[in-house]
Amino acid sequence: MTPRVRVPETGYNFAYLDEATKRMIRRALLKAVAIPGYQVPFAAREMPMPYGWGTGGVQVTAAILGRNDVLKVIDQGSDDTTNAVSIRAFFARTAGVAVTTRTRDATVIQTRHRIPEAPLAEGQVLVYQVPIPEPLRFLEPRETETRQLHALAEYGPMHVKLYEDIARHGHIATTYAYPVEVAGRYVMDPSPTPKFDNPKMDDCPALQLFGAGREKRIYAVPPYTRVRSLDFEDHPFRVQHFDRPCALCGAGDVYLDEVLTDDAGGRMFVCSDTDHCEARREAGHRGEGA
Amino acid sequence: MALARGFADPVHDAQGAFRAMLDALARPGLVQALPAALAPPAPLTSELAAIALALADADAPVWLDGPLAEAPEVEEFLRFHTGARLVADPAEAAFALVADPEACPDFSAFAQGSPAYPDRSTTLVLAVRHLAAGEGLAFEGPGIRGRVRLGVAPLPAGFAARWSANHALFPRGIDLLLAAPGRVAGLPRTARLLEA
Repeated sequence: MTPRVRVPETGYNFAYLDEATKRMIRRALLKAVAIPGYQVPFAAREMPMPYGWGTGGVQVTAAILGRNDVLKVIDQGSDDTTNAVSIRAFFARTAGVAVTTRTRDATVIQTRHRIPEAPLAEGQVLVYQVPIPEPLRFLEPRETETRQLHALAEYGPMHVKLYEDIARHGHIATTYAYPVEVAGRYVMDPSPTPKFDNPKMDDCPALQLFGAGREKRIYAVPPYTRVRSLDFEDHPFRVQHFDRPCALCGAGDVYLDEVLTDDAGGRMFVCSDTDHCEARREAGHRGEGA
Repeated sequence: MALARGFADPVHDAQGAFRAMLDALARPGLVQALPAALAPPAPLTSELAAIALALADADAPVWLDGPLAEAPEVEEFLRFHTGARLVADPAEAAFALVADPEACPDFSAFAQGSPAYPDRSTTLVLAVRHLAAGEGLAFEGPGIRGRVRLGVAPLPAGFAARWSANHALFPRGIDLLLAAPGRVAGLPRTARLLEA
């Protein structure tokens, strides 16, 4: 695993951001936690990475990170893709914090579009990278109007969208960024996680923080908070099901990625959560393709 | 008299205080350790000072209650270390520091936020003597596993009715941080006070 870098790079403040910026983000975070699911505007800074690569998540992580934190970063469940590797290296260099790929060892987990398969614990913070924080944005492009809709808890348009899915496809066809209602009030975009992960947000022991850098919004779900996926009585919310287990570790209750293995149509389905898959294989579980 | 010093390690002391506050508001009613090795001028407590130094600045105005506002050394200390504007109108404050909770003005005197921007409300920081989990007032709500009990003294007069009124304003309303020596607990506006 990546060795612990104990001495941060010189020339930068701890965790890159200056203290005034951290205070501004920290104030936004406290209000976000006090109003679950509500998007708090914040003055997002330019970060040394392009928008869309997790500038919001990185700023939230930088604002909460302490010397004793252990950081894990995942991109679509994987610890070893470019985005995850570079953000992990960024904080190892600018903050000197310990990093890990093991979900249970981490105190702060920054994620792009997955929630780890292993259950999260009370001491952990999950930081989501969010591209479009406004769940109503594709229904109403004007920020002034969506803000009013949230103020009035007027979420009819979202139910109409889900209903149109049913009218057109016979079922709710939204499979990711599936809207949720937080603590019975605000409708929130869970970021483009597969809807498979939505049930993990409900009554989760860990604190969940969301950062959208380009859109300059922070929001939060406190631990043990009701997170309900929107649905209808006759079309209840359902997660995806896979007709085969993971080819490497044999897990049948996880979210799978399709991996092409050659140019002749060969493919295998494997855990999207690489740490979960590795841990299972270390414990002796084997899939058909292993 | 020389000005009392601020954080010995501004970066990490501020981070530690912030994480204690984040945990306090994310897990209402649970008491978090708040190490605060400051020696601010009385009646400002070490914990109130740590919270102010961690979060207040030129963008976050601070309101001081009677006992604090009457002490020029407190004003000097906060002005020097935070650069925050000290406001006379509680409705303008991002943070309100309250050394005497029993005489705390009505919560409605502080910024409540608007329906469109409920985050623009004051966070009240009360200096309390007693803070203990597992006894006293019972709360339910987001961040609370089932139900939690929090013993606090002293509290603002008529607290139960005032807190219920504040809770009823949701999503508007103030949030509370309760700071006792070495400890902090939080009551966000979502915390619902149960009948005794």
